[in-house]
Amino acid sequence: MSLTSEYIQQRLQDKFGEQVGSFEQPYGMLTFEAPKEINLKVLNFLFDDPHLQFRFLTDLTAVHYPDQTGRELAVVYHLHNLSANVRLRFKVFTDIQTPDVYTASGLFSAANWMERETYDFFGVNFVGHPNLKRILNVDEMDYFPLRKEFPLEDQTRIDKDDAMFGRG
Amino acid sequence: MKDQHIKLPEGSIEKTTTTLNLGPTHPATHGVMQNILELDGERVVSTEQTIGYIHRAFEKLAERRPLYQITTLTDRLNYCSSPINNMGWHMTCEKLLGVKTPKRVDYLRVIIMELSRISDHLICNSIVGVDAGAYTGFLYVMQYRELIYEIYEEVCGARLTTNMGRIGGFERNFSDVAFQKIEKFLKEYPVVLKEFEDLFIRNRIFMDRTKYTGGISAERALNYGFTGPNLRAAGVDYDLRVHQPYSSYEDFKFNIPVGNTGDNYDRWLVRQREMWESLSIVEQAYRKVQDFKGKEADVYHADVPAYYLPEKADVYTKMEALIYHFKIVMGETDIPKGEVYHAVEGGNGELGFYLISDGGRTPYRLHFRRPCFVYYQAYEELIKGSMLSDAIMTMSSLNLIAGELDA
Repeated sequence: MSLTSEYIQQRLQDKFGEQVGSFEQPYGMLTFEAPKEINLKVLNFLFDDPHLQFRFLTDLTAVHYPDQTGRELAVVYHLHNLSANVRLRFKVFTDIQTPDVYTASGLFSAANWMERETYDFFGVNFVGHPNLKRILNVDEMDYFPLRKEFPLEDQTRIDKDDAMFGRG
Repeated sequence: MKDQHIKLPEGSIEKTTTTLNLGPTHPATHGVMQNILELDGERVVSTEQTIGYIHRAFEKLAERRPLYQITTLTDRLNYCSSPINNMGWHMTCEKLLGVKTPKRVDYLRVIIMELSRISDHLICNSIVGVDAGAYTGFLYVMQYRELIYEIYEEVCGARLTTNMGRIGGFERNFSDVAFQKIEKFLKEYPVVLKEFEDLFIRNRIFMDRTKYTGGISAERALNYGFTGPNLRAAGVDYDLRVHQPYSSYEDFKFNIPVGNTGDNYDRWLVRQREMWESLSIVEQAYRKVQDFKGKEADVYHADVPAYYLPEKADVYTKMEALIYHFKIVMGETDIPKGEVYHAVEGGNGELGFYLISDGGRTPYRLHFRRPCFVYYQAYEELIKGSMLSDAIMTMSSLNLIAGELDA
């Protein structure tokens, strides 16, 4: 049985029913989402199921969508089944007031620092993480810089006087 | 002890272990990173790594830059092999845009990427030698890294932070001098590499220092997200050039060397063997490039006018070209909506780009999957219980690049 996206989707739906959804295949990679309460169940199922065997955590990060009320933060897992050479992307959405998501570091040692990085930049609180503290930024920082409310300097702003830069 | 003037920290007399700060600026760390080691005599009891000293917020910066300006950010990830990062980024953009590159571009890219891999491995392997006390090899191979840098210079004008190529190909065709230098490299380098290898490979001292130190099992390595030579040294034959071929790697014949114990010696051997394979790929690609004759030999980029600066002569005479020139320079090209993950086999592992675009001019979110950030967390497990001097060797044989760790 080759591991096609349809097959993976079928197995996930058989196991979790309506809870998993939003199946898509942008640029050929199966993408789906699940409620944050069952993220570990889904990851464990993908890891342990004899047909799926997604045992390699390629990447873990987050994305901030300030306009989606109640689902502002998306935690994105990229998983890889190395023997069948199939990748998939799994998303968990959480609101920004209580950004609590269960940690995957018990399942993947690699998730330890990836989750610290995600916490550092987005403030996702990984429940059960052994050492959830900032990793790249200074410990004293009191905000989460990759959230969209911190814009970089706007290139189109008009209050910047070119004369200050020796031009115009 | 009432009249003692020196105030020692609480509990420091009773403590039986020594705390040693290795780094952030220490000659043995080869980059700005800190290890707080807890030592019992010379044995490592535990360690805590602190990273982020050269964090430059690339992911945030990328959210306000048009695609081609992000190339300069990728230079500064793994700066020992920046062309691989550049081309990995360009290929990610091409995947998002649906651009198909001509074969000649793919082969030219392969030449450059494999040369970068050689220079990356060369530095890592010779630095392992330096940490074991063998400085000669390091100095000896430097001149060939220099030759690789001269080839970069001939192709793009820069040496270290190359910003090489464009979305769709290269900014100009390779010059004759570039090909002459590649030919010179192909002719002279095997001799040097052989000599370099002979300095180490059966050297009693080197083997004693590297064998059975810093080892990891395949299972643990996979769980820790190891990729690249470090994973292959543990016995897993996972190489993106074979598993998900990009840039026409499927047209080349090469072997993937694997080790079995995942220790420092295996890592060194895998990198060494990979350099030979890369050399053979460069040679094959060079022959393939030479096979293009006439008009085909002038192809050095795909036809993507919206992302590719037109010829200057056209800008002054043709309306279309002028518009594209303006739009590109001002960064006014909208990119398609989409979500794409693309990975290339970087110098030290799987270098991934996770790009989300919401249809604006800049990425909505860009995340770099940096291989050494992922596997550096295994360092504690690798060195627990080993000697301090082995811990140093393990650190250098992991091929940690501070720029990539901290992004």
